[in-house]
Amino acid sequence: MRIARIRKETTVTEQVPIDLSLMDPLIEKYKGKKGNMIPLLQGTQELYGYIPREAFHKLADGTGLKLSDMYGVATFYAQFRLNPVGKHIIKICHGTACHVQNANELSEALEEALKIKDGETTEDGLFTLESVACLGCCSLAPVMMIGDNTSGKLTGPQAVKIVKNIRIAENN
Amino acid sequence: MTQAKVIVGLGSCGVAAGAKKVYDKIAALQVAEKLDFELKKTSCIGMCYREPLVEIIDESGSYLYGDIDENKAVELINQHISQHNPIKDYVVHTDLFETVDNSYTDDQVKIALRNCGYIDPESIDEYEERNGYRAIKKIAGSAMSRLDVIQSMLESGLRGRGGGGFPTGLKWKFANNNKADEKYIICNADEGDPGAFMDRSVLEGDPHSVVEGMIIGAYAIEATGGVIYCRAEYPLAIKRLEIAIKQARERGYLGKNILGIQGFNFDMYIKEGAGAFVCGEETALIASVEGQRGMPRKRPPFPAASGLWKKPTNINNVETYANIPWIIINGAKEYAKYGTEKSKGTKVFALAGKIKRSGLVEVPMGMSIRDVIFKLGGGIQNDKRFKAVQMGGPSGGCIPEHLADIPIDYDSVNSTGAIMGSGGMVVMDETTCMIDVAKFFLDFTQKESCGKCTFCRVGTKRMLEILTRITEGEGQEGDIEMLEDLSYQIKESSLCGLGQTAPNPVLTTLKYFRDEYEAHIIDKKCPAKVCKPLLTYTVDPEKCTGCTVCAKNCPSNCIDGARKEVHFINQEACIQCGACYSKCKFDAILVN
Repeated sequence: MRIARIRKETTVTEQVPIDLSLMDPLIEKYKGKKGNMIPLLQGTQELYGYIPREAFHKLADGTGLKLSDMYGVATFYAQFRLNPVGKHIIKICHGTACHVQNANELSEALEEALKIKDGETTEDGLFTLESVACLGCCSLAPVMMIGDNTSGKLTGPQAVKIVKNIRIAENN
Repeated sequence: MTQAKVIVGLGSCGVAAGAKKVYDKIAALQVAEKLDFELKKTSCIGMCYREPLVEIIDESGSYLYGDIDENKAVELINQHISQHNPIKDYVVHTDLFETVDNSYTDDQVKIALRNCGYIDPESIDEYEERNGYRAIKKIAGSAMSRLDVIQSMLESGLRGRGGGGFPTGLKWKFANNNKADEKYIICNADEGDPGAFMDRSVLEGDPHSVVEGMIIGAYAIEATGGVIYCRAEYPLAIKRLEIAIKQARERGYLGKNILGIQGFNFDMYIKEGAGAFVCGEETALIASVEGQRGMPRKRPPFPAASGLWKKPTNINNVETYANIPWIIINGAKEYAKYGTEKSKGTKVFALAGKIKRSGLVEVPMGMSIRDVIFKLGGGIQNDKRFKAVQMGGPSGGCIPEHLADIPIDYDSVNSTGAIMGSGGMVVMDETTCMIDVAKFFLDFTQKESCGKCTFCRVGTKRMLEILTRITEGEGQEGDIEMLEDLSYQIKESSLCGLGQTAPNPVLTTLKYFRDEYEAHIIDKKCPAKVCKPLLTYTVDPEKCTGCTVCAKNCPSNCIDGARKEVHFINQEACIQCGACYSKCKFDAILVN
């Protein structure tokens, strides 16, 4: 049920000020066009990695779209996030082919290594773990995608190694 | 002497397997050693199991090399290009001699995939060289009327390749009959079915064929605007479609009075989907294009009467559009030569799962499932026993081994309780638990249900709870009957295809694998050894060397034993996590 996507308001420990003026060209581009709500939300998420609360208000003021409609759409589609995400989003494919080729092993190994659950972000803000329905690389099952980088035919330890290497590169 | 061509397959799976590195390596080598050959890119060649693929065409013919890494690429260029000495061991397909993989391509008929793997998808010239945009030129040149085009779709017998199987010609006829100042044509490229990647391959490999198919459809129904609704998860497909639309516009295939047909004004744009499986349903897709929550509505009115912005709208799937230019050029009769009486033409399948050769195949309708899996797919991985094949994704079902000889056509597949679907074929062997598979799909539909209809929203959740209970060893008497009852009620009382078909994975596994359900519920055993809570782990005293690895890795400290002595698992404390089984190097952990 899609209502499960509505997240409880999380306590934000560190409030980073958001530069809302970044959204001006976006609002200019789509203002007044019919069917603009999804592209506006997609564009906003592209800018910030998620849709901040302030951004909804700015969109409402700038385009006249209703807050309730936008919230309804943002919580309906899997793509939209209402909370900040890590620098790297680890997508573990749980399509049919990956499932029968034991994608659960990848998720379990990464959950253990990163000490987070599906949908959560590591404390250092580096990684967010996400299960996705299908990445369309079924012949390489099981598949993991980090950024634009897709790796296939993985085992749990191999997946953990890839993530650890990114962490080492980030810390240097 | 003609210049040799080196073509690297850069589809999504190719890139994931390392094809980009291979391409860059060859490009660097070409510059460094000033070698004379033409380096080109193409998209998915279909032999995903051999990625990365490199094709070399010289004066003697074409050689397709598989499993090429950077080192092998250097070897290839040195041997084949510099010394004209093909490396036979790496060849996976050629017409010049027999290879083990020739049987993968022998029985295929490529219509929708006619250009995939042959052209650079970002080049309109290469598409035009292979009869591209000739279909729309033929229509413009021969004054084929709108009704002629529709008639030819009807005669071809083409049915919706997205899974519905509704005759395309009929759909166009309805849209044509509804007169309005504005009409829309939509391409459904929201391939949400987990385990299917046909549409992605067509969009990445031959985007112009979809664009041309839509232009022909727009002509037939008098559409004024077109939308390609594509998954945001397919960035490469979106990029290539954007290039294709721009190129088509530059050549005058999109725009005003297209190819001199007075009054034929048509253009299109791409709409990125935001991730909702239910948007594969026509009315939900339209709501999503309009920027709303993608929830289906009651029909009638059908989109052909009132669709996008309340205007007549025609929606077809990617593969359907890709077939259309071919049918116009070669004629409806030529297309109808392939297939069975009620299912004409060819169908693209994505082979995946426990199969030796996974990839993309296009076969004439009527071929048996067994032939696709064994002749083309090469059989089951590690020669295990073939148990079932899942067709149709979350809306489909599992077809058991004993029915594998049925021909692939819409009606025969439907008669098993599965559906043709969009073309995903996920092969399962004896190590796949059917209850686990049913649970997997229910988990998917339960999450994707939009929540509008109570039976779909709540019913799928209850079914998932029962299935979860069964796989955890808490199955009760009456669970099977309860599942059946819920299934029929959900099917009856849901508005759209998602709910009406959501119970299919459960119903088909209940029909063909009831004994497995009973083993879980009554005997508390999982015959496929997948459901961990139902397994017991013991140590084989013959094989145990006392290396202590299992004991060290046991999270509940339930394995006892001194070094170099046989270990023992305390069953009462065992949490069935399987850590000992996966860590043991001597196969000394037995699972029952």
